[in-house]
Amino acid sequence: MTNHKKIFAYCVVRNNAVSKNGKVLFEFEKGKNADEFLLAAYQHFAINYPKFYKMDNLCKLGIIATEVLLKDEPAINDPYATGIVLSNSNASLDADIKYYDSVANIPSPALFVYTLPNIVIGEISIKHSFKGENAFFIFDSVDSSFTAQYVNNLFDTTGIQRCICGWVDFLKNDYEAVLFLVEKTTVLKEPEAFTKENLNNIYYTSNGKS
Amino acid sequence: MEKAKLMEDLKKQIIAQLNLKELTPENIENEQPLFVEGLGLDSIDALELIVLLQQEYKIKLSNAEDGPKVFKSVSTMADYILEHQAEKA
Repeated sequence: MTNHKKIFAYCVVRNNAVSKNGKVLFEFEKGKNADEFLLAAYQHFAINYPKFYKMDNLCKLGIIATEVLLKDEPAINDPYATGIVLSNSNASLDADIKYYDSVANIPSPALFVYTLPNIVIGEISIKHSFKGENAFFIFDSVDSSFTAQYVNNLFDTTGIQRCICGWVDFLKNDYEAVLFLVEKTTVLKEPEAFTKENLNNIYYTSNGKS
Repeated sequence: MEKAKLMEDLKKQIIAQLNLKELTPENIENEQPLFVEGLGLDSIDALELIVLLQQEYKIKLSNAEDGPKVFKSVSTMADYILEHQAEKA
């Protein structure tokens, strides 16, 4: 059995556009703010998950990116087979600021529960019934070398069969999600290999990254 | 305040406070359970309802054990608010 890992799919959400595997699936008016874009994307993809409205923006972004990433991909029944490894640079600061502002009046429990960045992993896991290994890391900027190494290690040392990994970041009106669906494979073409070079290539060239 | 008007206000406030953007006041029955089989609210929503009572009606839930009874439905919330307003008057 070979031990290759393949990027089966990737989803990029930035600049008011959502793309999957390099194809733009949804574009929204550029002048609109991030809140409006997330709601429009949620409606466009008919996600139909009422809890979405209660989430903070980081979770909304993560949920939308994951929905698009997994759409039409074969499901795996074992809940422990799917791992999630995410990272960003602003942690939960967007929710932290909103919670801090609410403290001046009556602190909001609904805002407080989102004041940790790994909650986005929890929300994705709840929606898809995933129970596999997961982790959230904070970096100054995308670190594809670390992601490739960490996820490879998860494949080699745990029972996961696939992993959702990548970058999901939100602060005020700036946001970006670049998620990859990685699986083990026996047949591999170089552009699909789960390597830091291919991760960087997708991250730095999709949806008008500047 | 008349109970019918209060219940209408409560429905709007619940939708706003809990971000139930797919609902309108007309979708919420006066006697419909707010939790589990009704509107499907959860424990965090219960805390938000307590905040709503404090913010909008200046009522602090004095006994946490009263929560399930008070927040059973829009109608029971309205009864609780009217009862407190009558006591203050």
